[in-house]
Amino acid sequence: MPQQLNYLKETASQTAGPYVHIGLIPAMAGFDIFEKNFSNVLVTPNTQGERIVLEGKVLDGSGTPLRDVLLEIWQANAAGRYNHPADRSAAALEQDFRGWGRGGSDFDSGLVTFETIKPGGIIDRTGRKCAPHINVWIVARGINIGLNTRLYFSDEEAANAVDPVLNLVEPAVRRKTLIATRSERGGKVVYSFTINLQGPEETVFFDV
Amino acid sequence: MNAQAPFPALQDPRLNRPEPFTPPLGDGGFFQRDRSIHPPAHAPGYKSSVLRSPRQALLSLENSVSEISGPVFGHNDLGPLDNDLIRNYAKDGDPVGERIIVHGRVLDETGRGVPQTLVEFWQANSGGRYRHKKDTYLAPIDPNFGGCGRALTDDTGYYYFRTVKPGPYPWRNYVNSWRPAHIHFSVFGSGFAQRLITQMYFEGDPLIPVCPILTTIPDKDALDRLVAPLDLNASTPFDSLAYRFDIVLRGQRSTFFENRPEGN
Repeated sequence: MPQQLNYLKETASQTAGPYVHIGLIPAMAGFDIFEKNFSNVLVTPNTQGERIVLEGKVLDGSGTPLRDVLLEIWQANAAGRYNHPADRSAAALEQDFRGWGRGGSDFDSGLVTFETIKPGGIIDRTGRKCAPHINVWIVARGINIGLNTRLYFSDEEAANAVDPVLNLVEPAVRRKTLIATRSERGGKVVYSFTINLQGPEETVFFDV
Repeated sequence: MNAQAPFPALQDPRLNRPEPFTPPLGDGGFFQRDRSIHPPAHAPGYKSSVLRSPRQALLSLENSVSEISGPVFGHNDLGPLDNDLIRNYAKDGDPVGERIIVHGRVLDETGRGVPQTLVEFWQANSGGRYRHKKDTYLAPIDPNFGGCGRALTDDTGYYYFRTVKPGPYPWRNYVNSWRPAHIHFSVFGSGFAQRLITQMYFEGDPLIPVCPILTTIPDKDALDRLVAPLDLNASTPFDSLAYRFDIVLRGQRSTFFENRPEGN
């Protein structure tokens, strides 16, 4: 027998179940228990950058919106810097912009929204410029292990065309499943997305 | 007069190399996830997974800063009663049920504790009923029990909280499917690619081997690692029993940012 490596093994994932809203976003579920709550609003009055609303649904294989889904987003600030020590770029850090939020689907419509800012592009570790994007993590009843995907921006065509991750997506026709569409409504910039868990338009999910 | 090169050996082409060898610096990426210990997305015995499971292959992504970074939390995010489910929703007394302490460490695959990471938990009450408007099980709501809480691990990755033991409850999968008693856990780690949601079960629960959700896990050892043993040594005599539940997140290749205590 060779020497043993003795790594531990990762704890297995389990579904977040139907009641993830009361567990992780009780205040949004109408349940008043914590003094301080996490939410789908990432911006503070001081946050730099263009205010945007991210708005979308997660559809199951029948095209029905999930009404018990929870999304988390993780993003860089407007300068392209993550609020974490692993980001060693020279871009300016904003201490009071955490860059993370979580939102639950509306119990009736399934709509999930976030109020945030459009992130700047980041430089990856090989020095390549990456198109602005928001990292998304999806959990719900029936999802056995959280799904990772990304949202890119429809008005960043030139940056998207050379983004190293988008360019990994084969066939290329599936790249559009990662692009949120810009519009303006009532003076607000809205980026709309649809995440399809199955079907011909199935969203690209990543094994990160 | 031509000066002799003082160190002619420098011109030896064998020495014309850039740097001495040093062990490669870790790139900070996480160990590749071993998908064989996790439930597959499509697990037909758990019927809700059928319409909610991607059918295309996942696209493998080498970790960039987007994946090795993640949100940072601190004690300012929490309230003083957040890790005490016996008191954090109590109105006129303690909740009904077996008083228990749940404690353990959040580790990574190298065995290092994961410090200052957020652990969140939610559960049914002792009768098996969630405080959720979609839960219509006939067991009563407990007016003194909310059923959710959270804690931040300490410098060694240790966490603990106090609650009542949740009850099992029926659910619509097969007509007579019952969930074993369980507590849902959400854990962050240091990078977004470590994000994990799981469930903790209780040693000795006869519903464990027949649960359609638990048995989505293909690896028997991985399933057993979700079962918390009774930990009498950590119990409080005449007050609470204790269960021990350690959680292991993905390991990380030695990081390039030296000022992080977990980095090397």
